[in-house]
Amino acid sequence: MSNTLPPAAGGEVSPATADPALAEGGGTGLWKDAFRRLRRNPQAIAGAVIIGLFLLVAALAPILAPFGGEELPGRTEIRPTNIPGPGELPEYPLGLDRFGGDVLSKLIWGAQASLLIGVISTAIGLAGGMLLGLLAGGLGGWVDSVIMRFVDILLSVPNLLLAVSIAAILGQGPYAIMIAIGVSQLPIFARLLRSSMLSQRGSDYILAAQTLGLSKRTITMSHLLPNSVGPVIVQATLSLATAVIDAAALSFLGLGGGLPQTAEWGRMLTYAQAELASSPYLAFLPGACIAITALGFTLLGESLREALDPKTRQK
Amino acid sequence: MLRVIGKRLALLVPTLFGLSVLLFLWVRSLPGGPATALLGERATPEAVARVNELYGFDQPLLTQYFTYMGKLLQGDFGTSIITGRPVLEEFATRFPATIELSVVALIFAIGIGIPLGYLAARHYGKLADHGSVVLSLIGITIPVFFLAFILKYLFAIQWPILPPDGRQNPRINATHVTDFYVLDGLLTGEFDAAWDAFLHLILPGLALGTIPLAIIVRITRASVLEVQNADYVRTARAKGLMEKTIRGRFILRNAMLPVVTTIGLQTGLLISGAVLTETVFAFNGIGRFLRDAIFELDYPVLQGFIIFIAVLYALINLIVDISYTIIDPRVRVQ
Repeated sequence: MSNTLPPAAGGEVSPATADPALAEGGGTGLWKDAFRRLRRNPQAIAGAVIIGLFLLVAALAPILAPFGGEELPGRTEIRPTNIPGPGELPEYPLGLDRFGGDVLSKLIWGAQASLLIGVISTAIGLAGGMLLGLLAGGLGGWVDSVIMRFVDILLSVPNLLLAVSIAAILGQGPYAIMIAIGVSQLPIFARLLRSSMLSQRGSDYILAAQTLGLSKRTITMSHLLPNSVGPVIVQATLSLATAVIDAAALSFLGLGGGLPQTAEWGRMLTYAQAELASSPYLAFLPGACIAITALGFTLLGESLREALDPKTRQK
Repeated sequence: MLRVIGKRLALLVPTLFGLSVLLFLWVRSLPGGPATALLGERATPEAVARVNELYGFDQPLLTQYFTYMGKLLQGDFGTSIITGRPVLEEFATRFPATIELSVVALIFAIGIGIPLGYLAARHYGKLADHGSVVLSLIGITIPVFFLAFILKYLFAIQWPILPPDGRQNPRINATHVTDFYVLDGLLTGEFDAAWDAFLHLILPGLALGTIPLAIIVRITRASVLEVQNADYVRTARAKGLMEKTIRGRFILRNAMLPVVTTIGLQTGLLISGAVLTETVFAFNGIGRFLRDAIFELDYPVLQGFIIFIAVLYALINLIVDISYTIIDPRVRVQ
């Protein structure tokens, strides 16, 4: 389920090639300028507010949640035919689930689980992908060919299937999901960084650095890499949205491991299936949480892309 | 043209070869090895030894690899652990369902996505534009399985106008010739069966088609925005061509290249989405079978399926490339 977003208006993901003189500190820096423009973009603010709120809830889960994530306080209140819904019992404002868990508490703990899985798996993909991309783009030659063929192979399998296959080896559980999603995202980062580096290679400032007699390593690490990393960072923000959705999908399919009542948004949806007619809120609340989190990361990522795009930068 | 196709097919060989090696290693690194995966709970040491001997898992790795490749090249993907039938046979009976579903999803995505994206670009910055941008944003961020739940709840439970699950009402005793249920109904003249199968496709089709729809809207919009201010469009206007001609032959046709690429790239998304959608709608296609295979660690099925999808994916992208030459004759010259 990779939703690598196409750019909103025209053009490809352009590397953050602003004037290198600007990027190197003279005048307004690229990132400083991007940040200034982000602050003025309502879309970016909306995204940041959403993500900020969810992060806050995740961080304060132990204080905010009335019950523990795996606790079943309402065990005695539920009957197979009657699960108290939102507002029916004052101590459970968003109702109970089929196990007797408090839905509000599970949503709050679920925020922690989902964001953690999303961030860590994207970090794995980013680190791995950047390493491969850096080796391929920096060294070139046969290293480049081997790495890119490997990336092609990974790309020939749909993302979710790739993640599932990896999870099958690692066994079920949150760590398996993190690694599986991380690896399935790795090819995008590798490709982006490599192509971004290749497009920078012919730039004047690289030529200048070569003329100065700088070593290849210095040029790659302190000139090529910092100037090529823009699109990768944009993609990472967008990938966070995909990671949250994919993590939910994997645990929806039952790869999450642990207890059935574990507080995880995707898992809550798995068990909502049977009660869809009588207790639709069991599906709608966690589903909405996944969608809103993904929306937040997407809004932020798209605004970042616009802010870094040299085509719109001069405004 | 043929040379281009040949070259593309030749490029596919190393990728598939690499994939087969990875899959071979994948099966051998499954927890407890392939024999344990095969036997599941019945994996006593004796049984494992027997299976290892039977399937040759005790042979040297290289020998195993050649046996495996030999079978693969003959189209032998092994036997499903769950059903005990050949993997290829299982695919053949279930794939038509997923194709039907994907076709409905794609028709929905393309049929609405291209006009909507085009309208958004024509009315750039106006309400229609903002509306479609917001809609496509929602379409991209909403998880497929959650959307499936919403649709099922609204249109099968709250207002029961469409069937909630399955491929066809079992009470309609339909004859199946091709396993494409809609087509079967039309072929045999059982129009009620065809109609019923079609009704079963609507909700899962909508759920599956929404992400491709959102992506197609965005790409079409971006592409039309780029093209509509091109010099040749201005020239066409200056020549006094009819607006209809300009839009159809100059703008839309030129804007279609990236859109067609994107549609080709949706295949992977559709397959992944099908696993989730078919699960929610208890739709007996390849996606649901795959979900069971994941659970039972039915590795011959997973292995066969991944190779199958990789080939399919590559072929579809080849077709996309060929279709460029039809849309844009300039590509042919290069």
